[in-house]
Amino acid sequence: MNAPLTATPAVRTTCPYCGVGCGVKATPDAAGGARIAGDETHPANLGRLCSKGTALGDTIGLETRLLHPMTRRADGRLARTGWDEALDHVAQGLRETLERHGPQAIAFYLSGQLLTEDYYAANKLAKGFLGTSNVDTNSRLCMASSVAGHKRAFGSDTVPGCYEDLESADLMVLVGSNTAWCHPVLYRRMLAARAARGTKIVVIDPRRTQTAEDVDLFLPLAHGSDAALFGGLLVHLAETGAVDAAFVRDHTSGFGEALARARALTPDAAATARATGLAEADVARFFALFRDTQRTVTCYSQGVNQSARGTDKVNAILNCHLATGRIGREGMGPFSLTGQPNAMGGREVGGLANQLAAHMGFTPAEVDRVRRFWDAPHMAEREGLKAVDLFDAVERGEIKALWVMGTNPAVSLPRADAVRAALGKLDLFVLSENVVGNDTFESGPHVVLPASAWGEKDGTVTNSERRISRQRPFLSCAGEARPDWWALAQVAHRLGHGLAFAWASPADIFREHAALSGFENGGTRDFDMSGLAHLSDGAYEALEPVQWPVPAGAKTGPARLFAEGGFFTPDRRARFVVPEALARPETTDDLPFILNTGRIRDQWHTMTRTGLSPRLSAHLPAPFVSVHPADAARRGLAAGDLAQVRTQHGTSLLEVHLDEGLSPGTLFAPIHWSDANSSSGRVGSLVQPQTDPISGQPDSKATPAAIAPVEAPYHGFLLARTPLEPPPGAWWTRLPVEGGFAWRLASAEPPERWQSWAISHMAESDVADLVDHAQGHYRAAAFDAEGHLGFALIVGPRGATPAWDALKSLFAAGAVSGADRRLILSGRRAGLDADLGPLVCACHGVPRGAIEAAVRGGCASAEAVGGKLKAGTNCGSCLPEIRGIIADMRISA
Amino acid sequence: MSEPLVIVGNGMAAAKLCEELSRRALGRYSVAVVGAEPHLAYNRVLLSDVLAGKVDMAATRLRPADWWRQTGVTLIYGTPAAAIDREARALALEDGRRLPFSRLVLATGSEPIRLPIPGAHLPGVVTFRDLADVQVLMAAARPGLRAVVVGGGLLGLEAASGLARAGAQTTLVHLMDRLMERQLDTRAAALLRGAVEAQGIQVELNAQSAAVDGTGRAEGLRLADGRLLPADIVVMACGVRPNAHLARAAGLASNRGVLVDDGLATSDPDIFALGECAEHRGSCYGLVAPAYEQAQVLAERLAGRQAAYEGSTVSTNLKVSGVFVFSAGDIGPGGEEIVLADRGLGLYRRLVIKDGCLSGAVLFGDTSDGPFYLDLITNRTPIAALRADLAFGRAVAQAA
Repeated sequence: MNAPLTATPAVRTTCPYCGVGCGVKATPDAAGGARIAGDETHPANLGRLCSKGTALGDTIGLETRLLHPMTRRADGRLARTGWDEALDHVAQGLRETLERHGPQAIAFYLSGQLLTEDYYAANKLAKGFLGTSNVDTNSRLCMASSVAGHKRAFGSDTVPGCYEDLESADLMVLVGSNTAWCHPVLYRRMLAARAARGTKIVVIDPRRTQTAEDVDLFLPLAHGSDAALFGGLLVHLAETGAVDAAFVRDHTSGFGEALARARALTPDAAATARATGLAEADVARFFALFRDTQRTVTCYSQGVNQSARGTDKVNAILNCHLATGRIGREGMGPFSLTGQPNAMGGREVGGLANQLAAHMGFTPAEVDRVRRFWDAPHMAEREGLKAVDLFDAVERGEIKALWVMGTNPAVSLPRADAVRAALGKLDLFVLSENVVGNDTFESGPHVVLPASAWGEKDGTVTNSERRISRQRPFLSCAGEARPDWWALAQVAHRLGHGLAFAWASPADIFREHAALSGFENGGTRDFDMSGLAHLSDGAYEALEPVQWPVPAGAKTGPARLFAEGGFFTPDRRARFVVPEALARPETTDDLPFILNTGRIRDQWHTMTRTGLSPRLSAHLPAPFVSVHPADAARRGLAAGDLAQVRTQHGTSLLEVHLDEGLSPGTLFAPIHWSDANSSSGRVGSLVQPQTDPISGQPDSKATPAAIAPVEAPYHGFLLARTPLEPPPGAWWTRLPVEGGFAWRLASAEPPERWQSWAISHMAESDVADLVDHAQGHYRAAAFDAEGHLGFALIVGPRGATPAWDALKSLFAAGAVSGADRRLILSGRRAGLDADLGPLVCACHGVPRGAIEAAVRGGCASAEAVGGKLKAGTNCGSCLPEIRGIIADMRISA
Repeated sequence: MSEPLVIVGNGMAAAKLCEELSRRALGRYSVAVVGAEPHLAYNRVLLSDVLAGKVDMAATRLRPADWWRQTGVTLIYGTPAAAIDREARALALEDGRRLPFSRLVLATGSEPIRLPIPGAHLPGVVTFRDLADVQVLMAAARPGLRAVVVGGGLLGLEAASGLARAGAQTTLVHLMDRLMERQLDTRAAALLRGAVEAQGIQVELNAQSAAVDGTGRAEGLRLADGRLLPADIVVMACGVRPNAHLARAAGLASNRGVLVDDGLATSDPDIFALGECAEHRGSCYGLVAPAYEQAQVLAERLAGRQAAYEGSTVSTNLKVSGVFVFSAGDIGPGGEEIVLADRGLGLYRRLVIKDGCLSGAVLFGDTSDGPFYLDLITNRTPIAALRADLAFGRAVAQAA
């Protein structure tokens, strides 16, 4: 049972979802839940929360939690075990792998949802004590191109601005960012500023997302042509005298070369329009807006990062800000909006295969420095494998031992089916998880370790504006769950490295991490938080949100960087980078569409948390693919149809949504669904493994694909208290509803098949059913002893089945009234006047309530009632009863 | 001067005809109603309620004596008719009186069938048809009385239910494998059996009556399989036959009942028949609704207007002690079916569809939509647009 630690008032913590890093106040209740509110003192959100954050209280139940360690037995089954045995198993497996195959056969796959302290422990164990640099993270799928772009331009992975810039800008350019859905709190801050100061907003995205509604300019550019657009802009800025010549001269290098290259590709607005598929007038308008608006912030997200040329896109944007000197000044700058709550914290500790630690790389000097700091016996000395390559190596059998923490790669990686299969080849597969039953959990781990979850975890995260915030626990750990850092330290201890991992608390780790950031830094590395290296436990506990860098002696960090140069290249100058021309996605006759992927408003990643919330699941309940209406018409697809989306890497069956905001020839599918909640809604299975050559980030936004209708003439839904296995052969998706679970169903099979399946699930119950085999209808509802609806199945011809709202509301309510129950299989609820009591006149079907109403309305005799309602006018056998009703009402009146 | 119109029979059909006539042909006829039973016209459907003690006999009266007086109808009840003198245009009564008529209406109803088995006429063997029968049963009914009712149709169920409510230890014996087999399918019949048994009535199906055992009075019903069901009283409720004796004796064309045309005229154009004694287009109806429809048509005709009776779509309503059963149309196999059932609520609906129209309906538990389905069946309304929600009744189907 999840019990509150104490009866304390609200605990200030941070949201575990996107990179905005909102402050949350959680007030535990006595029942293991918590009341959630925005923290008005947190600078990221000032009290606001989005739908996902607001619903956090729905997601902390124990129903799906992994509550104890498990190991795989000889019979192939996972069985409960104790921590000691599980940790021994992990240590032994790692030791054997080291002995037989060397350190590079070991890999860690981490998560932007780990806390910085957990991340630090994993990175230290791997790179300093096991000697493997194969430590990558799901941030590779999210942020890697921004990191690489920052490092190429700034010499460091530095976000130069802060959230207040979004409010003090006069022009917001949003590139490849559905901010309205993916960073809703920042979007609201932008809109509030727009209302106050008339900020212009430009949205650049191949897809007209919700963010693009009601903006000043929407540029639906061709997939992957962002660098050409910003190249054209660079030329325009140069030719219209908008370049900040002093800044370029004093603080940058490479401008001439970059401009020359851009001139060759996109010499003017017309050429830029051709390269991007945009209208020339729109391009010209964007150029003019950018040129004329000093206070310009360019925000970008996955549309930029998740690209085969993502790093070039980042640099094309940075080039324009460097050229205008619009960086690190109020209301100005490029701004990478991070996807995950602690992607930046992970980068800080070096949780990427091409980073060592604390923003240091793998130069011999850096390796040596970290070795000395850690007193590490087995330093990794070169870069390791990035996520896609790492799992390729697993598939090839080169990685023998893998420890996955806090992420679901069997769903989220490109070519996810192949990744899932590859996991089965490992000699040692360790999974640290919160939940049971996700697709990675089902991919054959040998050891699963119960990790403490949000609400239990204790540590820090860093948001998109370099702000370190405490994530504080307000619940005690569920079951035997433990923090990831503790599990890592225990394994280190078993491998003989106990001294280096002898932390008593996350505060110990934080201090060590802060000290390393300042170790032999001397201003050479952007990331320095050594000013926090001596926090007492109490000061750590009370730490207020603080932006780095916080060098020794400082208490807080600057809101902005680089206004006066001071980049972290050897010559302290920023670099203009010449982007390569982008190769367009290679569609073929067989795969004629470009499949774009992304998030939806109310779900997060693979739904292991948001998927527990009924209210979050109500917005878009099923895995879907958006199709442009013209394409749909050509392919014989209509809204609500089931479609097979196929790529070179896999297939998925998704519900068709029509979306005029798509460019014709493109599809969009959200990334969230998996085998844990759908029969065939995995979109990672479709995504190509092509990666950016610099960042290694996969291009998840432009996979060549085909789409075709799937014959599924029967549709329906199912409600049940437990997450039971739906009928075989059906397409389904499951979501939580109040009181249990709901499934959307579709099938080519007529409902006779469903009937026997349903009957087997309704044994012992009080059942209502409707059968119309000729028309293909089967509907059933089962009630428990208290009269609560416990199970319902409605299937029938597509378009002829009722909506599920009425049944869902009855499912959530208590005992179902007779009036509701009589209508339940029609998908309706009874109206207020529906329960009219027992039938009095059987011949004319008149219930007691109607007769009483007639009497109240003035009918004083049975004949008068008969004249009005026909009651009693046939066989007349009810006339005595009607007279009795009239008499009773006269007495009581 | 008014024409003499004589109605033979003082049951529900006759009363309805008088009521209809009083609305449209006042003064044209001087009406006399001749009834064998010594009562004002009463509602036969309520007999089981009387037996059960739910209503008293007065409550069964269709119209009070005042009404008959005010309507100007001469009531001659307790006096059976003896013969029709077609030559003389007069009706002879058992008491010797002769009533001249210009028009004669036969509303003689039907008579209960007494099984032709040994002992069928022993004291303690009664039928269940009229108030006299009910009075016999009420006199006998007391807690602990052992009663066997023969016949699992509407009448037998009503008799058994009434007896059980009156405290009798009641067994219902039925020849067929299910109750109300002509109106109900297997599932509805099984539900009905359950509901009947819940009232404490023992149900014996596939039970052929062989004899009433007893010396001097009924002591039990012997079944063909040899079993003896001990009984203080045996109720024969296994059907009725049209009462066409008078017509047959008068040479009017008759088959099972008195043959009538669409104007309800017999083979003698001045003599009419309606209700359970009449046979129209090959059908004799044993229910009140067709009789009422016939009464309306006949009243129109007698008022000198055109009207035709073209037959009734039969629906059956059983309403005994809170058990509601409805059946209408053709419920046999051969059509498409929609079946809606709710075990817990005790509801069952089976709708049979042929050629895009509802052709039959069986309802158990909630029969409030019976008239709706009956209308659809009668009018052959195409139901394609209603079909998805048809089983949920008028309110849902017509709102959809």
